[in-house]
Amino acid sequence: MTLEMTGASRREFLATAGAGGLVISFSVASKAQAQAGGLQQINAYVKVAPDGIVTITNKNPEIGQGIKTMLPMLIAEELDVPWEKVRIEQADSDPTVYGRQFAGGSMATPLHWEEHRRVGAVARAMLVQAAAQAWNCPAGECTTQAGVVLHKASNRKATYGSLASQCAGITPPDPKTLPLKDPKTYKIIGRPIAQYDTPKIVTGQPLFGIDVQRPGMLFATFEKAPVFAAGVASADLAAAQSVKGVRKAFVVQGDSKALQPPPGQIGAGLLPGVAVVADNWWAARKGRERLNIKWQDHPTSAQSSEGFAAKARELAAGKAQRQARNDGDVDAALKGAAKTVEAAYAYPFLAHAPLEPQNCTAEWKDGKLEIWAPTQNPEPGRQLCAKTLGIKPEDITIHMTRCGGGFGRRLSNDYMVEAAWIAREAGAPVKLLWTREDDMRHDIYRPAGFHFLKGGLDAQGNVVAFYDHFVSFGEGTTFAPSAGMGAGEFPGRFVQNLRYDISTMPLGVPTGPLRAPGSNALAFVFQSFIDELAHAAGADPLAFQLKLLGDKPVVGEPPNAYAAGRMAGVLRAAGEMSGWANRSRLPKGEGMGIACYYSHLGYFAEVAHVAVSPAGEVKVKKVWVAADVGRQIINPHGALNQVQGSVLDGLSEALHQKITIQNGQAVEANFDTYPLMRINEAPPVEVKWVITDNPPTGLGEPALPPAIPALTNAIFAATGKRIRSLPVDPAVLKA
Amino acid sequence: MAFKLNVNGKVHTADVDPDTPLLWTLRDTLGILGPKYGCGIAQCGACTVHVDGQPIRSCVTPVSAVQGKVTTIEGIGATPVGKKVQKAWTDLDVAQCGYCQPGQIMSATALLASNPKPTDADIDTAMSGNICRCATYTRIRAAIKRASGQREA
Repeated sequence: MTLEMTGASRREFLATAGAGGLVISFSVASKAQAQAGGLQQINAYVKVAPDGIVTITNKNPEIGQGIKTMLPMLIAEELDVPWEKVRIEQADSDPTVYGRQFAGGSMATPLHWEEHRRVGAVARAMLVQAAAQAWNCPAGECTTQAGVVLHKASNRKATYGSLASQCAGITPPDPKTLPLKDPKTYKIIGRPIAQYDTPKIVTGQPLFGIDVQRPGMLFATFEKAPVFAAGVASADLAAAQSVKGVRKAFVVQGDSKALQPPPGQIGAGLLPGVAVVADNWWAARKGRERLNIKWQDHPTSAQSSEGFAAKARELAAGKAQRQARNDGDVDAALKGAAKTVEAAYAYPFLAHAPLEPQNCTAEWKDGKLEIWAPTQNPEPGRQLCAKTLGIKPEDITIHMTRCGGGFGRRLSNDYMVEAAWIAREAGAPVKLLWTREDDMRHDIYRPAGFHFLKGGLDAQGNVVAFYDHFVSFGEGTTFAPSAGMGAGEFPGRFVQNLRYDISTMPLGVPTGPLRAPGSNALAFVFQSFIDELAHAAGADPLAFQLKLLGDKPVVGEPPNAYAAGRMAGVLRAAGEMSGWANRSRLPKGEGMGIACYYSHLGYFAEVAHVAVSPAGEVKVKKVWVAADVGRQIINPHGALNQVQGSVLDGLSEALHQKITIQNGQAVEANFDTYPLMRINEAPPVEVKWVITDNPPTGLGEPALPPAIPALTNAIFAATGKRIRSLPVDPAVLKA
Repeated sequence: MAFKLNVNGKVHTADVDPDTPLLWTLRDTLGILGPKYGCGIAQCGACTVHVDGQPIRSCVTPVSAVQGKVTTIEGIGATPVGKKVQKAWTDLDVAQCGYCQPGQIMSATALLASNPKPTDADIDTAMSGNICRCATYTRIRAAIKRASGQREA
């Protein structure tokens, strides 16, 4: 497998997530173990009951990406059991058994495609061996079918349920020695399968972090400074404690430096604030309203979005601080170009806004901590809690609940360490729940960014020069988290004379990965500017993109190879399915835009069809997606949902979303000022899988980035007005 | 103060302040966890429950203002329309994270109870108060069509 990465932020994520390696260990119990009730544990992931019901463990956090269903599908396929006999259990956080457990980077498919099928194959081989021993025949003569081992020569058969107890004496085979199924014989992989939790979801059963209940549990709210990480100067704890139902109010000293994640962590740690613990959450909030907190001064309290933009223009006018890439001689090529294009692009800070606000339940007992957390990243949470509370990591148990959305927000475990600290102080099990306002004003934001681009075309309309001065955030040569750009950013390597300059400015706003980190902003900038160049060249933007990709199927070496041939394939497919060639027939005020982007190992091209009213209102009529994520769509049902959701998420960001920083704090606090797309705006999204002979890769993210430039390029086609700043401002589009 | 609440056909007594929203009375006091908290200002619809069949936002409805029978996602399957809607949601596997879906199902059930064959425009109007952060809108629309016996496309 090639782990191809586009950009520093992605490398940064992988480094901090510790997922850079190919091999994730999976533990196959040395011998099968009998459990209560006749249930037989075949290995760390598989249990078989006498009645043939197979319980498969899902190791990773479920955040709505459908992993709790998809990972067990891989095991069940090679185990050769009917899906209807499968039950799924959620694992606790336990890296000694499961290796890394996280939801991020669209990594679960590439990391588990091979391993999880082998987990199933090992369990199957042990059941076959148990039958062969009982029948005194070679295991090689036995076959399996739907949870039954067969020996055709002697016409004998035995169910897995009857064989499981005999697996205890069998040594598991080396997983690598086992043959895997011919994909043509798959019965589960490739079949549309509903999420395992769906029946519970539609009947409102408790599944989420917010639904956790413990005997004697209290409810907590925690107020932090609007200026990120400022300390508490004073608070009226007595007034809060006078509210009926409030048990305790106290200052959490925290650590103002906890905004900067230490190595191995994403997001924030325990920041200063004031906690209120009560019999119910409403009482806690009423107590909180009386706290009258005074915050200490903080060095970043003058920062603002406006100030960042001004500073970015100033930095762009001067000499860049450093270079990320410098091929050929871009200055000379621009001078010699037949035509040049210059443009400045900008995008804002964004919040994740998962619909379930951050929360966590913690219980402190006899020096040990038990945690129920909707987290995408449990193990760093354990380390953070251990370090902050001064306890041993092994004295912490973390149960992973279903997450009401993640989008990268729950890679940070700030809410977990807060709950742990408050529970210890309160001396009772505590459910900490952030308000929506807490969630939006204390996010780990997608960083804003500024790009100052120049492009040069020769007389034939070829791109002969490409330049970007990226003004971002950071200190010295280190980008703020998720604020980076890699040297390989497209069209790096595809234009002879190309330079990427970098300058950064300091930032007091916590940043981190938002779904398709880096890519969710860079795709907009680069794919829009390439569209500008296409129009400047008088070319069809689709043909222009194909020409830019060139004739080589792959450019660069693993792990940073770019499969230009795969991208050309999805571009052509998107063009065909959308009727791109006939777009000139669209009525006035309508247009189609095309964009493509490679991220998270997936190649995506998308076409958007928009109508823009004379008042400047944008209606997206339809989006077409051509996707190349390799040779196998594991669960077409979940896969389609992910792609459609990602596209609408991208459109929602582009049309509506912006976090404004003023006086060092986030202005937008709830859905009235930070609107999310609603059903009346959601266009149909048609998806085509372009199957290529490559290993299957993930779908949580890569459909999002090209949706944004497809939209803005379509707006240009409809109106002749170029969107160079997000979110789209209807005032700019007024006829 | 003690309030008597009929929830899903069962009478409960909740001793809470009169200004406590119905949502928190249900969740923290009565342990009825299906209705969800998303915004607290009637913007997202995750907290939607029915009072006498009418959808309301329980996050902004004080418990003292509740007059009538409360139905939550846990009880909506006992109504013929609610059962159909839950089945359509299951058949089409609408959810991604699933957090908003109790509210979506409550709004969809209220729509179909008063308008058995809604048009796309009717669906937009009735459902635009419910945010799905995962943006499962295509399937929400299709599930409502299916539950109403109309073509899904």
